[in-house]
Amino acid sequence: MISTDRKNRLRRSMMFLSAQRPNLIRDSYLFAPDSLIFDLEDAVAENQKDSARFSLYHAIKNIDYHGVERLVRINALDTPHWQEDIRVSVAAGIDGIRIAKCESAQDVHTVETAVAAAEEEFGRPIGSVLLMAALESPLAVLNALEISKASPRMFGIALSGGDFRRCMRTTGKGGGVDMFTARGLMVLSARAAGVQCFDTVYTDLDDLEGFEKETQLIKHMGFDGKSIVNPRQIKIVHKVFAPSQEEIQEAERVMIAIRENAEKGIGIFQMDGKMLDIAFMEGAERTIALAKASGLYKGDL
Amino acid sequence: MRIEHKAMAGTLESSDVMVTVEPAEQGIQLSITSPVIRQFGRAIKQTALETMERLGVIDAKVTIVDQGALDCTLKARLESAVYRSVGITENIPWGRDNV
Repeated sequence: MISTDRKNRLRRSMMFLSAQRPNLIRDSYLFAPDSLIFDLEDAVAENQKDSARFSLYHAIKNIDYHGVERLVRINALDTPHWQEDIRVSVAAGIDGIRIAKCESAQDVHTVETAVAAAEEEFGRPIGSVLLMAALESPLAVLNALEISKASPRMFGIALSGGDFRRCMRTTGKGGGVDMFTARGLMVLSARAAGVQCFDTVYTDLDDLEGFEKETQLIKHMGFDGKSIVNPRQIKIVHKVFAPSQEEIQEAERVMIAIRENAEKGIGIFQMDGKMLDIAFMEGAERTIALAKASGLYKGDL
Repeated sequence: MRIEHKAMAGTLESSDVMVTVEPAEQGIQLSITSPVIRQFGRAIKQTALETMERLGVIDAKVTIVDQGALDCTLKARLESAVYRSVGITENIPWGRDNV
């Protein structure tokens, strides 16, 4: 069994780095993203796939990432690389795998079978390696719900905008309108399946204003976080996802009030003229967790 | 493992190390260049010899051009070069004696 805490941990910023680049492998965690995604796929040239795996293996075995989640993006299932990618990832002890170009629940099952075999081979607890899926085509997005529900290992789905836009024959110059339906479908599916949902990377690294605007958009849509390609983007994501002081105070009062009333045997009550019950607890807890991660809450909850 | 062909791994980028292995006759012939050779030369040599022993490589010419790599990067490049020299890229025995 995978603990809910591991699956539901905070993942506002998930930063890609090439598993083949020693300086990135050494320094990336210093920028404090919530997750690191060691890339064996697009960031690694075809003739360096073997070398990147050795690099990944020894990095994970030897470098202390100070609690930053360590995920690996494996090569797509139509390549000759993905099985060895899974073996090395599991053997090294990574936290989870990002399935590139996932199209269906069957793709998740295929990866899951190989992961389980690797867990057995390398003596890791069966079921311990988490999975997430990158949805990169219209078909994948339309299958978002079945993909999200495909395995108890699944913790989230992510939109991969580059390939998606290529399939849709759009350029991204329309302010994101081309991805509106996909984003909406994905976040709905993720919530229905009880997994997290992550937005695509923003590749114009000099346009930090545009990046912040897009991050605000996806936060309001209900996304849990965003894929990142540059450390400069991390602080912006964390700032956008940080709750305001009013939200933190409100969440604190809600949590305390629900607990106190529950002790008295009261399930539903009024606070500031609003009806409150246990259904508000989860949102309040999430606000406090975000506040803690953002360094904004020092209280006792 | 027996080194069959000349093979290379790594780059000359900062923090990386370029390793070349070639067939040789008598033992491990090591050549090391590094900007930090005074400080880390001995450690680089030790990692190289230990890695070759772990992989069961008895005879090889090993050329190491270091650019300030971490020990784990050096191990990765050494292993990558050796496995390339014997043409193996899959079913690597991760975590066993020979990785």
